[in-house]
Amino acid sequence: MNIVGFLETQLGAFLPQPVVLTTLIVLKILCIVLPLMGAVAYLTFAERKIIGYIQVRIGPNRVGPRGWLQPIADALKLLTKEVIIPTGANRFLFLLAPILALGPALAAWAVIPFGAEMVLADINAGLLYILALTSLGVYGIIVAGWASNSKYAFLGAMRSAAQIVSYEIAMGFALVGVLIAAGSLNLGDIIEAQRGGLSIFSWFWVPLFPLFVIYFISGVAETNRAPFDVSEGESEIVAGFHVEYAGMAFALFFLAEYANMILVSGLSAVLFLGGWLSPIPGIPDGIHWLLAKIGFFLFLFLWFRATFPRYRYDQIMRLGWKVFLPITIVWIVVVAAMVVWKLPPWFAGA
Amino acid sequence: MPEIRNLTLNFGPQHPAAHGVLRLVLEMDGEVIERADPHIGLLHRATEKLAENKPFNQSIGYMDRLDYVSMMCNEHAYVMAIEKLLGITPPIRAQYIRVMFDEITRILNHLMWLGAHGLDIGAMTMFLYCFREREDLMDCYEAVSGTRMHATYYRPGGVYRDLPEQMPQYQPSQWRNEKEVRELNTARQGSLLDFVDDFCDRFPACVDEYETLLTDNRIWKQRTVDIGIVTPERALELGFTGPMLRGSGIAWDLRKKQPYEVYADLDFDIPVGVNGDCYDRYLVRVEEMRQSARIIKQCVKWLRENPGPVILDDHKLTPPKRGEMKGDMESLIHHFKLFTEGYCVPAGEVYAAVEHPKGEFGIYLVSDGANKPYRLKARAPGFAHLSAMNEMVAGHMLADVVAVIGTMDIVFGEIDR
Repeated sequence: MNIVGFLETQLGAFLPQPVVLTTLIVLKILCIVLPLMGAVAYLTFAERKIIGYIQVRIGPNRVGPRGWLQPIADALKLLTKEVIIPTGANRFLFLLAPILALGPALAAWAVIPFGAEMVLADINAGLLYILALTSLGVYGIIVAGWASNSKYAFLGAMRSAAQIVSYEIAMGFALVGVLIAAGSLNLGDIIEAQRGGLSIFSWFWVPLFPLFVIYFISGVAETNRAPFDVSEGESEIVAGFHVEYAGMAFALFFLAEYANMILVSGLSAVLFLGGWLSPIPGIPDGIHWLLAKIGFFLFLFLWFRATFPRYRYDQIMRLGWKVFLPITIVWIVVVAAMVVWKLPPWFAGA
Repeated sequence: MPEIRNLTLNFGPQHPAAHGVLRLVLEMDGEVIERADPHIGLLHRATEKLAENKPFNQSIGYMDRLDYVSMMCNEHAYVMAIEKLLGITPPIRAQYIRVMFDEITRILNHLMWLGAHGLDIGAMTMFLYCFREREDLMDCYEAVSGTRMHATYYRPGGVYRDLPEQMPQYQPSQWRNEKEVRELNTARQGSLLDFVDDFCDRFPACVDEYETLLTDNRIWKQRTVDIGIVTPERALELGFTGPMLRGSGIAWDLRKKQPYEVYADLDFDIPVGVNGDCYDRYLVRVEEMRQSARIIKQCVKWLRENPGPVILDDHKLTPPKRGEMKGDMESLIHHFKLFTEGYCVPAGEVYAAVEHPKGEFGIYLVSDGANKPYRLKARAPGFAHLSAMNEMVAGHMLADVVAVIGTMDIVFGEIDR
């Protein structure tokens, strides 16, 4: 990239090489994290507005013009609130938990390709890295539930642990399908593998349709969003794992949840909808397509939340183990067959 | 080795699904409920005792506050008890108005129930959809009595006043411009009866809309089918009434079995369930809303064709007209006596019950011949239903407790009284 190269030569003139490298990486990280935080803030706003309109009401419209400053006001409120630590809580773990939840949610973004050359870490084990990091997020929730020393939080943590572990498997198998189809773990290569003459129909969502659906549903479950929000389940266990959290500690969980939502949407777009590839021939590829696809998936998240009742905890387990897991396994075999027999148009060149 | 104990969870009274002030002590084996122990009394307001210290008419307002989502039905049982003791019958038009408002109240209550039940199970959009329609019915309350909830509209001997010829209209404001207001007011141009008629025409479509969201929704069915099953025999033993009993398959409805007011002349059906689970009770209540709209339609038709008095002309029991009071000494005395001392009711005891949206709501009234009741006892349907909590949730999971609380349609105003 030009800007990166320019900065490198400019800084390299008077700084030692390792410092230049570190500075550049930090700058790149900031370029991802800051817009991400902004996106999270405005995702909460979009959620309230969209669900508001679905529910025949207006949503926030008081702070700023048409409510546009509402997320800023919310953030300020949470920042200035006291972080209350319950007497029976384990102080260290209690404060560690939100960090554990947010850290992986941000770190996973390192391997997401925003464009042909726009990726922070272009590593070949990208998919594996994502799998590893998204599984880490659950520790934040478990630790939070345990350290709070509250029964509601404890129940929420247990539910969350069971749920995420089961959906992790279905999700992993769905990714194996992508892996077979693309023949690479590198996310950039996976996108390139989806390039083809049929534009949107050459993307992986067609040959891997069951895996695509299961991946996205598992993603909804992984992020603890409705209808799988049993670990929060406000009408059952009040707020679940974060019932004892206040102020910024709570806000970190909130950030992690929404960052994860965006991450799952981004991954669905990259793995199945061709990432930054253009759906319309003639219009160039680019990050705007990725953002549009992410937006589409995020809208689905909100739409689900406004429409569906909440699953019961054991029903979620049943869905994960008895429905999703068998389907993914069967479809992996089907994908393997398609790849081996070079089924056109998707796998003709594989 | 540490001893393995069950988890005891204190569910409520400050809990989003506690429907007010329910406190449940749950003994759980993991997520599975072993024992549920409902604690009541947190909303006790001594309604029955207060009624002993007031002239009869002044307690009508307390009745609104018993089950505060089906206000007029509570009043109905109370004024019916007084009327029975006095041996009077209200004019036929008043009876139709009462039936119409009973059914409006039934829809009000069931909408509130549906919204809250949906919200408990996680379908939050239901809540706002239901409240959209509730708003219109609240406006009917307002048009007829001046208040949106605690109406005090039914009086011994009839109803407080005749139906208004005009519906209240929305006014333009900072938030709503002329055009929006005009749109909102289109149904409100005529009388209350026109508005109610219009409501009954569009309401079935609204119910269809709720049903598309829930009835065939797989998640909704998974959450309600086979949850909290009560067999017909057990439902009778537990003293269930209303939709809770009908959901178990017993076609018991006071409107049919012991018709009061003009229900005998009206055409409507009683839906019954088959399995006695939460889903059947849901279906029963949804169908009841449709039937209520049907009854209201018939009442509107009758009320349009038959003007007449809506309250007895006996000024020992009902207030004289304002105009008369200005010039007539007798009327002034009647007014003064009625609003200070009230009226004396012959000694005796009586039980009057109505088919309240939640079940059989009865008032047992003992009079010693004074101007106040000697004893008043309200038979609240929710109390019997709540008593079955342990039986209905034992063996189910924590999330099902919420579904069962929802299906019971619990309102603490009537349980704690």
